[in-house]
Amino acid sequence: MEDVIIKVEEIIAQLNEEENLDIDFPDSYIEDLAKSFVKRDLSDDELRELIRRLKAAYDRAHVEAGEAVGTVAAQSVGEPGTQMTMRTFHYAGVTELNVTLGLPRLIEIVDARKEIATPTMDIYFDEERRNDEEFVRTLANQIGKSTINDILSDSINLNYGTMEVEADLDNKKIEEKRLDREEINSIIEKTFKKATITNNHIVIPSQKSDKSDSKFEIRELRLLADKVRDLQISGIKGIGKVIIRKDDVEWIIHTEGSNLKEILDMDGIDHVRTTTNNIHEIGEVLGIEAARQSIINEAQNTLSEQGLSVDVRHIMLVADIMTSEGVVKSIGRHGISGEKSSVLARAAFEETGKHLLNASIRGEVDDLTGIIENIIIGQPIPLGTGSVGVKMDYKNE
Amino acid sequence: MKIDIQDHMLVPKHEIMTEEEISEEFSDVDYEFKDLPKIRANDPVVEAIGAEPGNVLRITRESQTAGVFVTYRIVEG
Repeated sequence: MEDVIIKVEEIIAQLNEEENLDIDFPDSYIEDLAKSFVKRDLSDDELRELIRRLKAAYDRAHVEAGEAVGTVAAQSVGEPGTQMTMRTFHYAGVTELNVTLGLPRLIEIVDARKEIATPTMDIYFDEERRNDEEFVRTLANQIGKSTINDILSDSINLNYGTMEVEADLDNKKIEEKRLDREEINSIIEKTFKKATITNNHIVIPSQKSDKSDSKFEIRELRLLADKVRDLQISGIKGIGKVIIRKDDVEWIIHTEGSNLKEILDMDGIDHVRTTTNNIHEIGEVLGIEAARQSIINEAQNTLSEQGLSVDVRHIMLVADIMTSEGVVKSIGRHGISGEKSSVLARAAFEETGKHLLNASIRGEVDDLTGIIENIIIGQPIPLGTGSVGVKMDYKNE
Repeated sequence: MKIDIQDHMLVPKHEIMTEEEISEEFSDVDYEFKDLPKIRANDPVVEAIGAEPGNVLRITRESQTAGVFVTYRIVEG
C-alpha cells in the first residue's frame, strides 16, 4: 500500500507540473485514491483522469469564502435536535448503569457543564491483564465504593443497655470483594477511636459519655450506627458503583462517577484508551486538544445513538470554537455569545439592557465588523458577496 | 503523574515550532500570531513538552475527514 500511495503522490506532482492543477489533497484522499487504484486495477491514464475529476469535485465541495458556516452548523445540529428524545435512557448493554443520553446530553456538551448529570468512565486494561479476571475484579473493588454496610453479615445491632453499636462482618463478602481485612480494621480504628474489634465482631461505644440526657443519647447512638454503616472502606474519590463487563476480547470496567487522574495513575490500566465522559476533566488532565476531540466524540455518539447523522464537520466547528481560547467554553450567554467584542451583537442575543448599560458606562466602541451589528443599523452584512468590496482603480483609465 | 499523557488516544501530537519553521509557515498568511487559537501555559501537554508562553505549537491531529490535519496553537502567558 505504501508504494501505491507514493506512486499516487508522484502522479499528482506530475499533474501539478504539467497541467498546473495546483492539487493539494488531504491525506485521506490520497489513501482513497491508492485504494481504488489497487481495487479497480486502474491504468496510469485512468488514475490521472480520476485525479483530474476528483480535483474538480474537491474544488466544487470547498466552502466559499464568506459562507455562513456557523449558521449552517447551528441549523444542522439544531434540526436533528428537535427529533431527539427528551428522556434519559439506560446505557446500551449494561442496564444497571444510567447515563444521560439524547437532548439533555447534547445540551450538557454545548453548555460545557462543569458538573454533568451522569459522569462515567470506561476503564480498559493493559495487554497482559485485559484477560485476567482475578486482577480486574480486585481492581474493580479498589476503584468502586464499598461501605461497611456491604460487608455486614447481618444488620447493625444497637445495644441500648450499654449504649454500644455492634456489628458483625462477613468473611465471605469480604473475600468476594477482595478486600484486605487488616486495612478494614485500621480504617475502622482510625475513624472510631473507641472501637474494639474481636475477630469479626465490632463494638463501638457511643461518643457521649455524659449520661444525663438519655433521650439525646439514643439519637446519638442511632446517628453513630448510620455513620458506621456508611463508612467507606475502599474506593476512589468521586467513583460510586462499578460494573465489570466482558466484551468479545477483553474485560472492561464501567463506573458511575469519574476520576480520570487517579485511575490513569493506577497500575495495569490501559492509559491509552481509558476515558471519561466529563469533558472538563479531560481538559484538565489531558489538555485542551483532548477536550476538543472529546467534544466531537461525545456529540457524535449522542447524535448517532439516536439514529441521527450530522456531518462531523459541523460538530468539529462547534468544538473548535469552544476550545479556541485554551479552555472549554460554552456556547451561549456565559461563553461564546456573551463574550463577543461587539456590544450590539451581545445586546441582540440575551440580556439586552445589561449589555447596553454596561457598554455606555464603560464607553465601549462598536466597530460594526460583524453580522448582527450591521443588520441592526441597516447596512449590508459582511457575509457571502457582502464580504468583498469593490474599489475603483482611478489611475487606470 | 507517572504516565505520559501524550500516549493517550485523545491527545494529538504537539510540537514546539522553531523560529525558522514559524517564519516559513506563516510567511503568506493574512492574520497575526495573536489570532491563532490559544493553549494555556498550564495545559498538561504544554507542561509535558516544556513549551513557554509565546511558543507556537504545531498540532498534528488524526482527522475523520482529512486523515491527517495540521493546526497551530499559540501558548498563552
